[in-house]
This record gives sequence, C-alpha cells and structure tokens, in this order.
Amino acid sequence: MSAVMISRKVTRKWEKLPGKNTFCCDGRVMMARQKGVFYLTLFLIIGTCSLFFAFECPYLAVHLSPAIPVFAVLLFVFVMAMLLRTSFSDPGVLPRALPEEANFIEMEIEAANGNVLAGQRPPPRIKNVQINNQIVKLKYCYTCKIFRPPRASHCSICDNCVDRFDHHCPWVGNCVGKRNYRYFYLFTLSLSLLTIYIFAFDIVHVVLRSVDSGFVNTIKETPGTVLEVLVCFFTLWSVVGLTGFHTYLISLNQTTNEDIKGSWSGKNRVQNPYSHKNIFKNCCEVLCGPAYPSVLDRRGVMLEDSSSPAPSDASAASTNKGSNPVSQTTKSSAPLIPNEHTPDEAKPGIGAGTQKSASSPKDEKPPSPTSPNAVAPGVIKESTH
Amino acid sequence: MAETHSLQDLRQAAVASKVFVQRDYTSGTICKFQTKFPAELESRIDKQQFEETMQTLNNLYAEAEKLGGRSYLEGCLACLTAYTIFLCMETHYEKVLKKIAKYIQEQNEKIFAPLGLLLTDPIERGLRVVSFPTSKHHAGRSVPWLDCH
Repeated sequence: MSAVMISRKVTRKWEKLPGKNTFCCDGRVMMARQKGVFYLTLFLIIGTCSLFFAFECPYLAVHLSPAIPVFAVLLFVFVMAMLLRTSFSDPGVLPRALPEEANFIEMEIEAANGNVLAGQRPPPRIKNVQINNQIVKLKYCYTCKIFRPPRASHCSICDNCVDRFDHHCPWVGNCVGKRNYRYFYLFTLSLSLLTIYIFAFDIVHVVLRSVDSGFVNTIKETPGTVLEVLVCFFTLWSVVGLTGFHTYLISLNQTTNEDIKGSWSGKNRVQNPYSHKNIFKNCCEVLCGPAYPSVLDRRGVMLEDSSSPAPSDASAASTNKGSNPVSQTTKSSAPLIPNEHTPDEAKPGIGAGTQKSASSPKDEKPPSPTSPNAVAPGVIKESTH
Repeated sequence: MAETHSLQDLRQAAVASKVFVQRDYTSGTICKFQTKFPAELESRIDKQQFEETMQTLNNLYAEAEKLGGRSYLEGCLACLTAYTIFLCMETHYEKVLKKIAKYIQEQNEKIFAPLGLLLTDPIERGLRVVSFPTSKHHAGRSVPWLDCH
C-alpha cells in the first residue's frame, strides 16, 4: 500500500483552478493563455538591447564614458525584472465561490428580490454600497458566483474576476490588477527611459562616428543602428504615451477600466470615492502601498479523497498555512439552486459585467486561444483558492 | 420512514451549517468584515463575543494594509532592489496574515470549538467572507443509521 502512495504524483491546487490561465514551474508562474505578443515584446526588448550592446557600446565606452553601457545594463535588467514580474504574477484573481457560499448568496438574493411573477424578468443582481458618501453598485458575477468587490472586474480573456482590474495587456501576456499594477507601471516607465536612452545614444554615436568616417561608412560599420533607431522611434510614441496615461490615472487613483467606462466622469455621475483628492497621496498609495498577498493558493497540495495528509507547501505567494479545516465538498457542477429565476448563462465565461480588454493605443486584440489547457469552469471542487 | 426523516434533517443541517459574514465596503476597498451579528448564530454564540472577534480581525487587517511610513519604506526599498528583496524577506502583509492565522486558531480553540462552531480564515475564501461552519460533533443531529434501531 505505501509503495503505491509514494509513487503517486502530488496534485497541486493550480492544476484544478478554473479560468483560462496557464501555469508554469509547478504553479509559481501564472499567465494568460495567449502568449504570442508577450514573446514579441521579449524579442523586441532583448533584440534591440543586444544590438545596442554589440554596436554602440564599445565605441561609446571608449570615446565618451564607460558609464554609458553600465547604466544601460542596469536599466535593461530593471526593465526585464519588471516585465517578468508583471507577466508571471497573480494580478489579484478572486477565487470563485464554493458551492455552499454560492448557495448562501443565492438565497440572500432571493430573499432580497422577493417574489417575481412568472414571465417577468428578474431584477438585476446588484448590491448598493455606500463608500465615502457615494453610492457604488456591486455587480454579481454569474461565472464566479460572487458579488464583485468594488473596482473588481471579470476578465473574459482569462475568465477570472480580478481585484482592482485595470486591463488585460497582451504585451505582457497577463491581466493588470491590484497585485501587479505597480510593476506594470514601473515597466512602462523604465522602458520609456530605456527607449529614450538607446535612441539618444544611437544618434550621438552616429554623429560622432560620422564626423570621423562619414555617414555612409558609419551605417556600413554599424548596421544595427538603423534597426535600433526604427524600433525605438515607433516604441517611443506608444510607450511614452502609455506611461503618461497611467501617470495621469495614478494621480487620480483611477483604473483604465473605470476610465473607459467613464465611471467617475460626467455631470450626473458619482465622484471617485477612492481618490484621496491629493495627487501625492494617490501616487503613494498605488506605488508604495502594501504588497498584497495572492489569495489563490496555487501551490497548496490538493487533498485526495483517500486523505494523503500532505501539508500545504509554503510558497512565496501563498500564506495559507497548516491548521485549516478543509471541508471535503463533492464534485458539484451545478452550484446554483436552479429555479426559473436563474438567468440564461449561455455565454461561457462572460458574466453580467464583463469588461473589454485594453484601451491603450497600441494594444491589439489577442488571437483566439489555440492551446487546450482548459480546466472546466463548472467543476468547483476544492479548487477555488 | 424514520430513515428518510433523518436524511431530510441532515440535508437541512447541511444547508444551514455554514454562516457567511461578508465584507464591509463602506470604508472603501480595504479589507474589513461586517460586524453585524448574523441571525443564524443567535442561539449559538454571545453577540458581544462575536463582535469583539470581528473587530479584532478588522483591526489586524487594517494594520496589514496601513499606508504609513513603514509601508512606504518597504515599497521604496523593494523598488530599488527591483523587488528581488521579496525573495528573501517576508512582506509586512504576510507577517500580519500569520498573526491573523494564529489569532483565529486561538479563538477557535478557546471560544468557538466548545460551542460547536469553527471560524475559517478568510484568506481561504479570497478575503471575501468569514465563514462559520458548524462542527460535525455538535450535539443535536444524531447519526441517522443509529436512529432507526
């Protein structure tokens, strides 16, 4: 008996998580399904920087200062660190409600709505909450079976509710939400600096070299320069623009999602209740606020029904430690109490308040998913951590 | 007959066996739970005790999310090291979460378990709810197959 149990592979919770994410490194890395544009981003950054280090840096280090390549290396490392941090981390995904909680909420809703006559449309599932003297509506997510916290939104591409949802960025291959927004912002900021830096020193290099050998010879000696200048030129406009846009959003403590929907703009609309009305305070909160932990226990071990008592793994992302009572819920695929009021949920993964993806100028619609790495969203076993 | 009656009881017990206390969003998006005493727990626990527990939890979460000198310092230091410092160091929030887990364990041992209740750590539910599942050992529902004979 024990020999069989030893050879059995341990199943971690990330393998059973609903939603359309892909996981790597045994649950440590979490990304969206479509990663093509992310690879393009990586290629452009690494490619351009390699050309810079190969062609420009030797000349500039000798003729101007060795500090130039050193600073470029530091900036490059910072950009890559921020990009990988944004792409690989949990953006702030909210776990779906377990069947009992879903039932409880369902009963609450029915109690609130009272009797709806047959043939009448049931009222929308909305809770009103007063935040800082403003009325904010909390919408019910039909996919996740929860009332979304304020500022949370459901990403249709990743099929998850994300806390403080900003947008889904195909360039980083992940959603941008509460947990990784500051890394995303620092990525765009540092990338802007890197692009400007490379662009500027490319020009300086070409000028300096042309004085010695003439323009055409310079281009012949360092053909990479042309490519770099092209990439930097087009990148500059988009990335610097994006950085500026997000700086504006941060100073107002708004998300891209709220900005697109015009939640806080317009005459008859509610004012932003989350803003501290002070630019400095808003920036501090968004960029230097506490580092929120992931509430998805990705690397915890799934307890099998025959109870192999493996303790949950102490990972950096999870804080779900030992002594928690785990209720052995059954494999329920129909968590709602079905009745004639249950609305038509024909569209998979798209709840009542599904948001569109990115608004930023250069973001494109990602291609349709090709990798069948799905976990059926209906099965809510012990997996919604 | 007696068997079906007991099964019905069990089903009712299963439905009513968990009480969920939701988040309180009136102060914004900070983590705070409602301190309003749920009606289902009226006969099970003292209202004062419940409110005290919830208030302590709220205070602990407020401490975790506090925007002050310490969090700013942590944020700036982490930024300077490109956030690699979090590979070796625990964040302030994680430290407080450990404190909270310990507090909940203490409360369960001292107060809730003797009453047949169990407070689950909200981190297991995505910091959305605090749930009170009733313990299986709570007297009142005898095992059905013992009833018949």
